[in-house]
Amino acid sequence: MSARITAATALRVLQQIRHDPRTIALLLVVPAALLWLLHELLGDLAFDRLGAPMLGIFPFISMFLVTSIAMLRERTSGTLERLMTMPLAKIDLLAGYGIAFALLAAIQGLITSAVAFAFLGLDSAGEPGLIVLLAVIDAVLGSSLGLLASAFAATEFQAVQFMPAFVLPQILLCGLLIPREQMSDWLEAVASVLPLTFAFEALDAVSVDGADLSGVIDEIAVLAGMIAVAIALAALTLRRRTA
Amino acid sequence: MNSAIEIDHLQVSRGGTPVLRGVTAKVPPGEVAGLLGPSGCGKTTLMRAVVGVQKVASGTVNVLGLPAGSPALRPRVGYVTQAPSVYADLTIQENLRYFARVLNAPAVRVDEVLAAVDLARSGSRLVGTLSGGQRSRVSLAAVLLGRPELLVLDEPTVGLDPVLRRDLWGLFHRLADDGATLLVSSHVMDEAARCDSLLLMREGELIAQTTPDELRAQTGEREMDAAFLKLIEGSAQ
Repeated sequence: MSARITAATALRVLQQIRHDPRTIALLLVVPAALLWLLHELLGDLAFDRLGAPMLGIFPFISMFLVTSIAMLRERTSGTLERLMTMPLAKIDLLAGYGIAFALLAAIQGLITSAVAFAFLGLDSAGEPGLIVLLAVIDAVLGSSLGLLASAFAATEFQAVQFMPAFVLPQILLCGLLIPREQMSDWLEAVASVLPLTFAFEALDAVSVDGADLSGVIDEIAVLAGMIAVAIALAALTLRRRTA
Repeated sequence: MNSAIEIDHLQVSRGGTPVLRGVTAKVPPGEVAGLLGPSGCGKTTLMRAVVGVQKVASGTVNVLGLPAGSPALRPRVGYVTQAPSVYADLTIQENLRYFARVLNAPAVRVDEVLAAVDLARSGSRLVGTLSGGQRSRVSLAAVLLGRPELLVLDEPTVGLDPVLRRDLWGLFHRLADDGATLLVSSHVMDEAARCDSLLLMREGELIAQTTPDELRAQTGEREMDAAFLKLIEGSAQ
């Protein structure tokens, strides 16, 4: 693994995004706009319950989509094949993507949180900074799952369809719609291994129960582990030699 | 090291269909070797095997004394695919600076290689706005950054005007004079005359390894196209 190549890759991915201002605008504005819509729909009381989890779920979705398409383009444009003939470790490439999208996610998370807390009056029992941190972790999780998912997509049509296939079941089962304890046994078993469940429970613990960092450190550790596993599996799907 | 490339009884199948049917060939170092034959004859597959990105069924490929695809070869071998493999949403310079960092080449190399492919004044243009020929030159420039000892170039002159084609062949020979070995494919037979040696392929087989002069003498034809046809007809009998 090379820090030089990882940093160069992160810079290159950010340069690509910089040339696409409309994507930047959509990434930064849409989650905040959706939160506002949710606030108008629910009113103050229910917004306090759902707003914080949404701060984690929106970046999870958008980073999943953007990363899986970006990686798919790398595969289909022939640049991945070129890089695979160069002295570059697979993890350099994936880590570069991860770092670039984590930076973007951090900006997205800060803007969305600022709107939620300052303009929409989101009330959190716990530290708002901790919620922002969890939102960024969820975005990185979305990115790493997107890197993995892109391996199974041959076209951009397929990659877009992986959003409902990979992401929607996690949103349905994470505990947002129905608490995990009220699910049937098999659904609860499935929910208890899905990444977004841990993300939701950490956000819920901070915003509703006022948990501090030590209260959600287990969830953060599990999420970090899942991010590492997803990136390691994505590295396995990058082949230097193909048929 | 006697040969830059040594291919021995190489067989490759794709989807059950044989693409290379036991190719054996050698390319000496410091030469511009032309890989010629009609499209679909297996040129790209042979080049991919030399670079080490092709799964092979049997046979061996040694490059610069090591098995093709060895990690130690990655800084020493450069490969340019037929479709330009550069980032359309970056400028020419951003593309080359990235590849230079990956290859650990000094930043000044970016300007040098841009001059070598005659794109020195277009560095700030977005690759997506370039013509096909310009894009393929950016792709070629990227591989020159690291000064590889072996360059594998898949149809690098397709779609270029005659002046540019002449200039690029001049560049290839300068690189060979500096000690590099080049394997250059083309399906245009008149480019064969510009090579030091020739690998002629047809339907997954190597039908001749020769030089332009030998091919002319053997077939009695001046034009490469006619010589190739005569060779095929001769081998069919």
